[in-house]
Amino acid sequence: MRLAILTSRIRVEEKLLIEALRRRAIDFAVIDDAELLFDLARPDERWRAYDAVLCRSVSQSRGLAALHILEHMGVTVFNSAAVTALCNDKLLTTLALIRAGLPTPRTMLAFDEQRAIQGIEELGYPVVLKPVTGSWGRLLARINDRDAAEAVLEHQETLGSYQHHIHYIQQYVAKPQRDIRAFVVGDRTVCAIYRTSEHWVTNTARGAVTSNCPISPELDRFCTRAAQAVGGGILAIDVLEDPQQGLLVNEINATMEFRNSIAPTGVDIPAAMLDYVLSQVREGVAL
Amino acid sequence: MAHCPECEAEVSLQGLMIGEIIYCPDCNAELEVLNLEEPQVALAPQVEEDWGE
Repeated sequence: MRLAILTSRIRVEEKLLIEALRRRAIDFAVIDDAELLFDLARPDERWRAYDAVLCRSVSQSRGLAALHILEHMGVTVFNSAAVTALCNDKLLTTLALIRAGLPTPRTMLAFDEQRAIQGIEELGYPVVLKPVTGSWGRLLARINDRDAAEAVLEHQETLGSYQHHIHYIQQYVAKPQRDIRAFVVGDRTVCAIYRTSEHWVTNTARGAVTSNCPISPELDRFCTRAAQAVGGGILAIDVLEDPQQGLLVNEINATMEFRNSIAPTGVDIPAAMLDYVLSQVREGVAL
Repeated sequence: MAHCPECEAEVSLQGLMIGEIIYCPDCNAELEVLNLEEPQVALAPQVEEDWGE
């Protein structure tokens, strides 16, 4: 068994995965995505040396491009390019959740500023504007009134890249100062945390405090269904607790960060990830 | 020892891996470990819009 880990930089998560591989005496290589050069019609034979490649690129665009190419070459990758593409794009994630019949905050999408205002007012203030691609809670805007809507939409139109001209408008969920981050590996939810913050954005990258969230059978079923809705694999499901609607899937992450979730849950997340990768490789299942 | 490209302080790379991000002990610049055999660091790349989960 020989694995490759594709990285952009070595973060705590990558070090934990590397330690887990060493503990199991599994042969592996760490490959920096900056070093890659693909000749698309002439696959590099070196990739045949790996039974699987685990993508841990911090750059979503680099990681996804590499996954597409490696799959094209017949290399087994985790997560698959299709799953990663869905999760990297909030619009595609929302569509997949709706298709699967999973509850998710009501979402509108508009290309024009006036249509966006119309959608925002149909949802009712407050709403949340999000870039369709983005992470770590960046560039999220809670819009409390029409003045704020007009200002943020103008900024998106004027200062943003073309992707910011796609206005993704989400119903604001009055969650109880926390959300749930659940880690699904294969067909089970291995652990979950509450992310608590006085701020409405509850990403740990924005300073939220983590604590263990017990996994009820209901939460397990909900999160594994959400994972299957985007194709399954190694996924972090962000869940909102809505006082009226119950659990809602907010987002799904395909290159999950877990450094703050091991201590509160007591679950060895990198070990669970490797167990899954190794079992899939041994079963010859290319995702 | 590597040297910080920002302030030239000596930076120990003991126990680190290539690709790790560290902070210069003198000027606090964010540094990426480039080489361990011939110790070398560079200013870490700025966070880009597509970085994250």
